[in-house]
Amino acid sequence: MSAALEFQNISFEIGQGRLLLDDVSLALEEGTVTAVLGRSGSGKTTLLRTANRMIEPTRGHVFVSGLSIDSVSVVELRRKTGYVIQETGLFPHFNVERNIGLVLEAEGKPREVRLRRSNELLELVGLDPATFSQRFPHQLSGGQRQRVGLARALAAEPKILLMDEPFGALDPLTRAEMQDMLRSLLKRVQTTVLLVTHDLDEALYLADRVVLLGDGRVIANLPRDQFFRSEQPEIIAYARAFHRGESANVKDGAA
Amino acid sequence: MTTSFLSQYGDEIATLTLEHLWLTGAAMLSASLLAIPAGIWLTRSPGWAKPVIGVTNVLQTIPSLAMFGFLLPLPWLGERAARIAIVALAAYALLPILRNTYAGIRGIDPTLIEVARAIGLTDAQRLLKIELPLAASFIFAGLRTATVTCIGIATIAAAVGAGGLGELIFRGVASVDNRLVLAGAIPAALLALAADGALGLLERRFKISDSQGSTR
Repeated sequence: MSAALEFQNISFEIGQGRLLLDDVSLALEEGTVTAVLGRSGSGKTTLLRTANRMIEPTRGHVFVSGLSIDSVSVVELRRKTGYVIQETGLFPHFNVERNIGLVLEAEGKPREVRLRRSNELLELVGLDPATFSQRFPHQLSGGQRQRVGLARALAAEPKILLMDEPFGALDPLTRAEMQDMLRSLLKRVQTTVLLVTHDLDEALYLADRVVLLGDGRVIANLPRDQFFRSEQPEIIAYARAFHRGESANVKDGAA
Repeated sequence: MTTSFLSQYGDEIATLTLEHLWLTGAAMLSASLLAIPAGIWLTRSPGWAKPVIGVTNVLQTIPSLAMFGFLLPLPWLGERAARIAIVALAAYALLPILRNTYAGIRGIDPTLIEVARAIGLTDAQRLLKIELPLAASFIFAGLRTATVTCIGIATIAAAVGAGGLGELIFRGVASVDNRLVLAGAIPAALLALAADGALGLLERRFKISDSQGSTR
């Protein structure tokens, strides 16, 4: 059986022969969550963005269920691929309902279908439709906005969900809440998730498989439990660096 | 005295006001039809933005009397004074509309443009649903500036015989009759205020929501 999402020998060159991605191959099994972990500059966001053709790789191909993503129109591909980013990117002139239903609106679905779907999704992400559906983005908290962003990404029942540091801008408490919400949501929604994060704990908490990226190469690609117990020096180094950064953050916060 | 002045000139003031309105209306319409699409195009090919905006900038600096004079000897245009007036006024209206359309769309948070592409909006959908509504207040500001400028400059069109309220002003200046000058100037000022107000109302209706909040 072919993987739900597969990256084959992806390279991305940024001039003067410098490679942001260097021959990355990765397969995501259907219905699983794969976290791509790495420092900033490791190429993880670039890799994610090749999956909905926001970036065209210099070399290599991406396949969805065995079909090259170049074989469908880019608009169609993107409509069938959920996309969640740190900045949320909710449209300020649309209320929550319209933001969530925008992909369906673009496909020409009637209003009552969009409304029903929007209410369904608001429930799913833990927001009361009666309270939130008519609100505008600036009337929401950061966490609520991120929930709406997630609902919007799921509107067209995408087979693939791309999440780029989705909770990176939230405070630690809200982030933990969102991680819990996402974890229970993913049990109910049949979708394959590619989660890009620098947060080791988040990766271990949410993902079935963890991929460590460094300087544009795959350094490790292991099931969560093995990743957690791995003695591989690069993984241990990353874990140390990450936790040192975390405790530094906590100290900064207390001071 | 005022009543006798009004009964003597009332009809003429009304006719000239309508003429004034027609000149600026026609100029604004043609300028918008040209400058809004051009502004949108510039956001797609930003390399052209500098030269194109530069040219409209130069147009703006030509003194209005000289502009009317330049156009006078041209074939077809020169035949009817109203044509000259409309073309000249449209030339002055180009810059504010073009620049504001361009700046309004370019000023949208790039994340929103990126998301609009990433969720699979077509180029036309992105323009109509995201870019134009988010740039609307900028574009309207340009339209309002252009309209007020046009109404003012249109008074000078009377110098080439295009009519409008400038007619009364020029006649008043020539005959040292301040009442005539005011009979032209006051309606022109009121016209400018009314047009600005009307565009303001239109802008409010055009906005899809009241959420011009913090996100811009």
